[in-house]
Amino acid sequence: MQTSVSVKNLTLAFGAVKVLEGLNLDVGTGEFLVLLGPSGCGKSTLLNCLAGLLEISEGQIFISGKNVTWEEPKDRGIGMVFQSYALYPQMTVERNLSFGLRVSGMPREEIEKRVARASEILQIQPLLKRKPAELSGGQRQRVAIGRALVRDVDVFLFDEPLSNLDAKLRSDLRVEIKRLHQRLKNTMIYVTHDQIEAMTLADRIAIMRNGVIQQLDTPHAVYNNPVNLFVAGFIGSPTMNFLNGRIDGSTFSIDALNIPLGNYKFEKDGVGKLDGILGVRPEHIAVGEDAKKMPFQLDSEIEIVEPMGSDTVGWTKVAGQSVTFRCSSDIPLAPGQKITIGFDPARGSLFDAQSGVRV
Amino acid sequence: MTAEALDATGFAGPHGAKPKQLSWGRVGIYAFLVIAALFFLVPLYVMLVTSLKSMPEVREAHIFNLPREPTIQPWIDAMFNACTGRNCTGLSPGFWNSVKITVPSVIVSIIIASINGYALSFWKYKGAEFFFNLLVFGAFVPYQVVIYPIIIGMSKVHLFGTLPGIIIVHTIFGMPLLTILFRNFYSSLPIEIFKAARIDGAGFWQTFFKVMLPMSVPITVVAVILQVTGIWNDFLFGLVFAGTENIPMTLQLNNMVKTTQGTIQYDVNMAATMLTALVPLIIYFVSGKWFVRGIAAGAVKG
Amino acid sequence: MTDVATTAIAVEAPARRKRRIPYAAIIGTLPMIIVSFSVFFVAIIFVVIWSFTNSGMFPGFNFVGLAQYTRLWSTSLWQVAVNNIWFFGVMSLCVNLVFGFLLAVFMDQNIKHESVFRTIFLYPFSMSLVVTGLAWQWILDPNLGLQESIRNLGWTDFALAPLVHRETAIYGLVVAGIWQGSGVTMAIMLAGLRGVDQEVWKAAKIDGIPTWRTYLFIVIPMMRGALGTVLLLQLTGIVRTFDLVYAMTSGGPGIATQMPAMYVISFITVRLNVGQGMAAATMLLLPIALILIIRAIVTTVQARRRGINA
Ligand SMILES: Nc1ncnc2c1ncn2[C@@H]1O[C@H](COP(=O)(O)OP(=O)(O)OP(=O)(O)O)[C@@H](O)[C@H]1O
Ligand SMILES: [Mg+2]
Repeated sequence: MQTSVSVKNLTLAFGAVKVLEGLNLDVGTGEFLVLLGPSGCGKSTLLNCLAGLLEISEGQIFISGKNVTWEEPKDRGIGMVFQSYALYPQMTVERNLSFGLRVSGMPREEIEKRVARASEILQIQPLLKRKPAELSGGQRQRVAIGRALVRDVDVFLFDEPLSNLDAKLRSDLRVEIKRLHQRLKNTMIYVTHDQIEAMTLADRIAIMRNGVIQQLDTPHAVYNNPVNLFVAGFIGSPTMNFLNGRIDGSTFSIDALNIPLGNYKFEKDGVGKLDGILGVRPEHIAVGEDAKKMPFQLDSEIEIVEPMGSDTVGWTKVAGQSVTFRCSSDIPLAPGQKITIGFDPARGSLFDAQSGVRV
Repeated sequence: MTAEALDATGFAGPHGAKPKQLSWGRVGIYAFLVIAALFFLVPLYVMLVTSLKSMPEVREAHIFNLPREPTIQPWIDAMFNACTGRNCTGLSPGFWNSVKITVPSVIVSIIIASINGYALSFWKYKGAEFFFNLLVFGAFVPYQVVIYPIIIGMSKVHLFGTLPGIIIVHTIFGMPLLTILFRNFYSSLPIEIFKAARIDGAGFWQTFFKVMLPMSVPITVVAVILQVTGIWNDFLFGLVFAGTENIPMTLQLNNMVKTTQGTIQYDVNMAATMLTALVPLIIYFVSGKWFVRGIAAGAVKG
Repeated sequence: MTDVATTAIAVEAPARRKRRIPYAAIIGTLPMIIVSFSVFFVAIIFVVIWSFTNSGMFPGFNFVGLAQYTRLWSTSLWQVAVNNIWFFGVMSLCVNLVFGFLLAVFMDQNIKHESVFRTIFLYPFSMSLVVTGLAWQWILDPNLGLQESIRNLGWTDFALAPLVHRETAIYGLVVAGIWQGSGVTMAIMLAGLRGVDQEVWKAAKIDGIPTWRTYLFIVIPMMRGALGTVLLLQLTGIVRTFDLVYAMTSGGPGIATQMPAMYVISFITVRLNVGQGMAAATMLLLPIALILIIRAIVTTVQARRRGINA
């Protein structure tokens, strides 16, 4: 795959505080990359560096093979969509779309062609004569996307474009953005702290924490093989269960309870003995009849039941440690009820308790 | 990798922050600001140096020169000895009159306005909005329009030309802006605070004194700054309402400067001008950000 | 605790339905009721009524129709005053807005020592207009002020003494007014500039819109609140213009810098012709009446337009 955006050794400091340090990132052409992470981890900062809206302290940025480190934002071949839409409030939608092009002195027909195409793609033709104040949030965000679209660029940058919308609109527009990507096949870099957006949209997800990319991989890999405790805990809802215990060769023991690890794939052979944490996703824990088929089983008692409609989240204990599981809502559950739970340790994740790194 | 040679940091081609050139744009910006700052500063400087010179030196007509032999005699004269017509008391009576006018006016007007703002935010009765809208309208009415009816009203109750009279006038004309200020402040408080106090059984006054007042410190500071400078700087009301007994400092300053007999004492005049400006200037420099906030708050009317 | 709360709410709800009159609130706001009604309503009505009478030293109710107004508009003092307020108003307003806005824009460019500049630009506003007038009167003094100082430096035919000439005195007033008031304009505009969504700036940068065009076509239209505030503040200040002129030129030379507000005051305090003073006072009310009418029209038009689009 060709690289479209490439960040080399990027450092950005606000005064003495280094928000990003020595960051490297390669994004393939046509790839949809999502930057995911908790608030304040530097996602927007990274995006603004790519766009040229922040002056970087050290490192280089390449876009479409060109070193754009010192280029102005408009010359970088990027379009950007913001959380607050950032439309020009006194201009009509049409003018919002065309203003940048007009200023750059583009011929009239070309501008009209591009505006027409963008408004057709985003289905905002009926809105062209309105002003932003007369649009709904979803419509405003479409216009904002349109403004990036008319620039006819290779790379789109999105900074939490859906955060200001309500849940329903958010999922609608999410699908729309996915459709847009499939149609245009541009490179897209998308910042969010909503993991559902990240999982559904991304070709690859970069999970960030304190300005450092923790893991850069496909949604599947990030979900199933988190590289450390942070990623494991950040992705998934309800969050992954973490059991504290001790790794000894091919068993994981919590006090008297021994869990055979079976064919768990260690990152490297011969981990030996160490304090460890076993992470198990709630949806990987089976109850009742299904549990009987699992390599590891355990009798337990239900403490709390949270019916979610399509499925049910239950709380129980394993060797004194709290554990949640998710099962079909068809299974009748009640607090106090004795049940059998089971899971496959090979599908879980083992971490070094000290460093938090996957073993 | 391109064929370009790597430099010492291991990068080829542009990297890091774009090298800064001294841009003429930045120079222009600073030049504009510095010239503007000079425009604003020069009058204060000229006033100050003039007030520290002796009259012979002033007559040499070098207003920008520093005083050769600085003297504070003009300041002493301005405060205690300078004559207004035949009356040679300096500005000190005016100063004390201004204090006598300003202190009660500020206190009364702020108490009334805070109660207004509180009632308008939490205890809207039928008609309250109507009176408030009249006040907002009043904020834009030129003072000169309604002065005459007030003179008549004041004379009817024998308050025209008295100290309580001018205090009432200041309270009246301070009311629109201050009420707007306090109303905006109280309206921005979460209504739950008020409801909680009500649930605890507090009434109109209890809620005001026990709950609202302790939270009103910042807005009260803003109001005090606004009122002290406003009333101290007043000229018109002093001219019309103060009578001969309570002439405020600004008015006495103007009379003093305008009615000098014989040679004009420019040094004393400038010292007197500085003295009159001193109270608001000190408030301004001490309060800093609060003053700006007061302007902003006062400006955000309806 | 929750029990207490719920019962209290339950008790309060029916009470509210009955709409108990909050007597304490009415008593507390009595000063407001009295002042707003008597000063800003009744008094104004009396002013207008008296303007139609031939009241002399004392107010009376001997109606003479528009006689006071015909006399007013045929008085050269009033004509001069009205011309002056137009000239002074338009000049000060334009210079103040442009200068204040430029200051704000330059202050917004990541300036070092911003607070020092801000302090300097704003301090004249804390001083009274009387002080302002006297300070500038001294600087512009023809014999010992700026003009003479520069002549003493060698530029012997330098001439800058506007206050002593009928044609130029008003420029002196404008300069002093600008000096005193443009800092506030700067402060309000700067707050307005800072209130503009930073992402709009970023979007404009990505669109490649030059800074000056962003200010002109995007930011200024977004600052209507700040602009309206400044405009209102300046307009009310201009109509009230009194102290500055009184201190700086006393309306002179001759009657060259007379102002309508001075006309009103002189007729009710010195010349003791109440009817004439009230006619002039009523004229002073016109600008604010006009502003209120325009505002009402604008809001209704906007509401109607919104109604059509909805
Ligand atoms: N102009 C600035 N000056 C100083 N520090 C800043 C500035 N902008 C951002 N920061 C700091 O940089 C860090 C990263 O900020 P950034 O906006 O990139 O976070 P984010 O990941 O986008 O968070 P969010 O999800 O809340 O948008 C934060 O700790 C923030 O406090
Ligand atoms: Mg962000």
